[in-house]
Amino acid sequence: MSGGFAATGLVARPAQVWGAVRLVPLVREEPLVGLRLDRRVHEVGDPSIVDVGDGTYYRSFIPHAFVASWDPDGDRTAAFGTQLQERPVTPRTARMKMPARRALRRMARGGVGNRLRFLPMHLAMEGYLALHFGGPSIVWEEWTDRAVREGLSPRMEEAYCGYAVRGLADALKVFEIHRGQCGVALYVADTLASVFVVPHPSDYRALHATLLEDLYGEVLFHYANYVEAVPDFVVGIDADRVSSLADLRRAAAGQAGAWERFHHLMLSGLTAEGAYTSESVYRLGPFELSRFLPSFRLDEENHIGERIVHEDGRLAYCKTFRLSAAQIRRGHLLTTLHTHGWALDVAATALRTTPSALARRIRESGFEGLLRQHVVDRLEREGRRR
Amino acid sequence: MVDRRDLAACEDVVMFVNAAVTATGQREFRDDASAQRLSVEFLHEYILGNYRELYAASLALDINDFNAALIVRNLLVSSRDLTPEVRRREGELIARRLELMAPQRVWRLFRELAGRGVNNRRTRAIMRDWTAQRRDPVFDAVKYRTGVKATMRHAHLEVPAETGTFLFSSPRKVSAFGTPLFETWRQAHYAQRALYDLPYSVAEGLASMHGIKRATFLEKIAPQLTRLERLRLQDAAERAGVAAVRADLTAMPLTRLASYVLSLSQTERASRHDELRHAMTVSARRVAGPAAGTWGRVVAVLDDSFSSFGSTAKRQRPLAVALACRFLLKALAEEFTGLWTSGTHDPLLVRPSGPTPLGERLIDALELAPDRLIVVSDGWDNSPPGLAAEVLRVWRERLDPTGATAVVHLNPVYDAEGFDVKRLSASVPTVGVRDAEDVPALVELARFAEGRAGFAELRRYLADRQDRFRSRKAAA
Repeated sequence: MSGGFAATGLVARPAQVWGAVRLVPLVREEPLVGLRLDRRVHEVGDPSIVDVGDGTYYRSFIPHAFVASWDPDGDRTAAFGTQLQERPVTPRTARMKMPARRALRRMARGGVGNRLRFLPMHLAMEGYLALHFGGPSIVWEEWTDRAVREGLSPRMEEAYCGYAVRGLADALKVFEIHRGQCGVALYVADTLASVFVVPHPSDYRALHATLLEDLYGEVLFHYANYVEAVPDFVVGIDADRVSSLADLRRAAAGQAGAWERFHHLMLSGLTAEGAYTSESVYRLGPFELSRFLPSFRLDEENHIGERIVHEDGRLAYCKTFRLSAAQIRRGHLLTTLHTHGWALDVAATALRTTPSALARRIRESGFEGLLRQHVVDRLEREGRRR
Repeated sequence: MVDRRDLAACEDVVMFVNAAVTATGQREFRDDASAQRLSVEFLHEYILGNYRELYAASLALDINDFNAALIVRNLLVSSRDLTPEVRRREGELIARRLELMAPQRVWRLFRELAGRGVNNRRTRAIMRDWTAQRRDPVFDAVKYRTGVKATMRHAHLEVPAETGTFLFSSPRKVSAFGTPLFETWRQAHYAQRALYDLPYSVAEGLASMHGIKRATFLEKIAPQLTRLERLRLQDAAERAGVAAVRADLTAMPLTRLASYVLSLSQTERASRHDELRHAMTVSARRVAGPAAGTWGRVVAVLDDSFSSFGSTAKRQRPLAVALACRFLLKALAEEFTGLWTSGTHDPLLVRPSGPTPLGERLIDALELAPDRLIVVSDGWDNSPPGLAAEVLRVWRERLDPTGATAVVHLNPVYDAEGFDVKRLSASVPTVGVRDAEDVPALVELARFAEGRAGFAELRRYLADRQDRFRSRKAAA
């Protein structure tokens, strides 16, 4: 299924700029009811979440890699991929076991008390990508048993934590959240870093600070270091044309309008027609959870992400991650392999190269040990034996 | 014509006064504590190096205790090359300022001087004189034991024999004290009953040593609480269900009271609305004093954007200042309108949230054509950025070139990067504000920030303030 990305139901308000970081608040006219952040992610007794009595169902979601103590047994588990659920808990939820408390503390500084805890970020990231690439689906002989059995996982992916992106912490701290704000588009040096959307303003309030603990692509880390500041709107009123307070008010309103038009919501990297494929994961009432993958166009912006869309088209939840150039190259390689049924010779022809050159590229992309070298060599010499 | 150098000097001094009023070396909304501290220390060194006389003179202004302590420390550290006459004047200013400061801050300053090894004759004399004028040395020795001990040891002050024993030996080695308060303190180490005759801050530690329940402790210590301790413990007492700690809110200082109001939940503020409004009004009237109702038509633009939250170290301080200003200005004005940036109407229910559309509110305010327009904001106008500055500029240039409306921007936040409070616009004077209580004096100072008055005038103003400052001593 191909899916155009659209921020339906959200209006971009004027951006707030801090150094190289530009934050564009996304505001809903009215909050999306019927889906809320899971109650256990909020503090216990949060007044904004209504406790529904027995027999009544309400729908909630837990963002990917979020640890709320949400296992009925009391074990600490994390959402592996965003979870969409209906209370009482439907059994269809993937979980990751969390390490014991002490180990967790060492790996990632947790939230306060029993409230929010996060997976160590590298784990979250690898898990994220592992959701998308399962490994060979046909047992060609050139792939090792391990590749077939275990797929490409566990993979190592590198990304930068929000703390490492210069200026991001300050930008998030001084950001003044709008009334009705349900999301944010985050730009570093005016390139799109991430889009984050939740259904309800108080969910956003609860998760605003977590943007700092998210991961950002390598590009953004470097951009934040090289770019001192992005241009911000400068108000200029022509004094000669003002002769009364009414004039002044009109001029000010004009400036406010110009300010709103100053920065367009630049989502072209995300919304390009046909550039993304999305895979529907789960449907719950009117909500559909899907993950989307770029087509890995080289030398272009590529994002991966998850979203929940209401059936009337409104975007309920969304989180994206911008891939680095190396990740795009790897993704490109894997997609090509995937479209050709993981057959090395066919894929090599499609890439206008030889099987052994392709095998080298696979090895150099960090997938050492997935290919049997002697089979690859013979494949090149003799062609595939029927 | 105002001399260029004069103008620079004038700006430097006004900048320093703004900093000395607002900076506290604590975390702010946009800077962390170390950036604040570094910035303030540098500014102090700069002013001390260039304008020592004015640096000392600023002790006579309404600067905050943190900066007053820093100034006194810096003045005492270096006094070698001064003429006796300058030395005497500085000494007088220091002595007077120390009398006004909270005693715990003075003891802490003395400890710091001791720690830095500042032990010139002047420092010792100042320590001696300040200690000598304390009304109850025994009480001080108990309440501020470490500070007193360090000072006595550092300045070689003479202490009565028993105070010496109290300070310098362990309570376990003494069988009995002749002084009643010392004896109570000694007994409190063994008997819970004795504890409740001690000052609250001393008793608190001993109570935890004895493992006394918080509710019981608060109930019994209530008579010993000072006014501000009482205000601070309101919430804790309520949680513990202790009625004895109830404070008379109308007697509280205005800005502290505003902080207390903001610390309450929205529902509680709504249910105690009349009581809180009455307390704020009475407190504001007391501050306004005879000046009440003399300011004509006043409009205030008050900032309740998210940045007025301040930081966890100074929770909602900028908002509290704005709230206190609202009530004070209402008391001072004949006719008052307060406009919050968020558009709220009930001042008692304000909370820090949302962006800062200052420009829009300023136009609303100017439409009312007031005699005075007062803006209380941290100066980060971001919706759209810089609109407030443009509105003020164009309005001054085109619509009010004669200055019929006096505009003052009061800023409660020190901006570490700019070594000053952040200005809204070049055409409007900006002054730092710490407590709403100082507003009348600050509005007076604002004309120097505007750059219209010269350095000579500023000197005269400071000299006048110094005289008043010193003569208040004679009157007191």
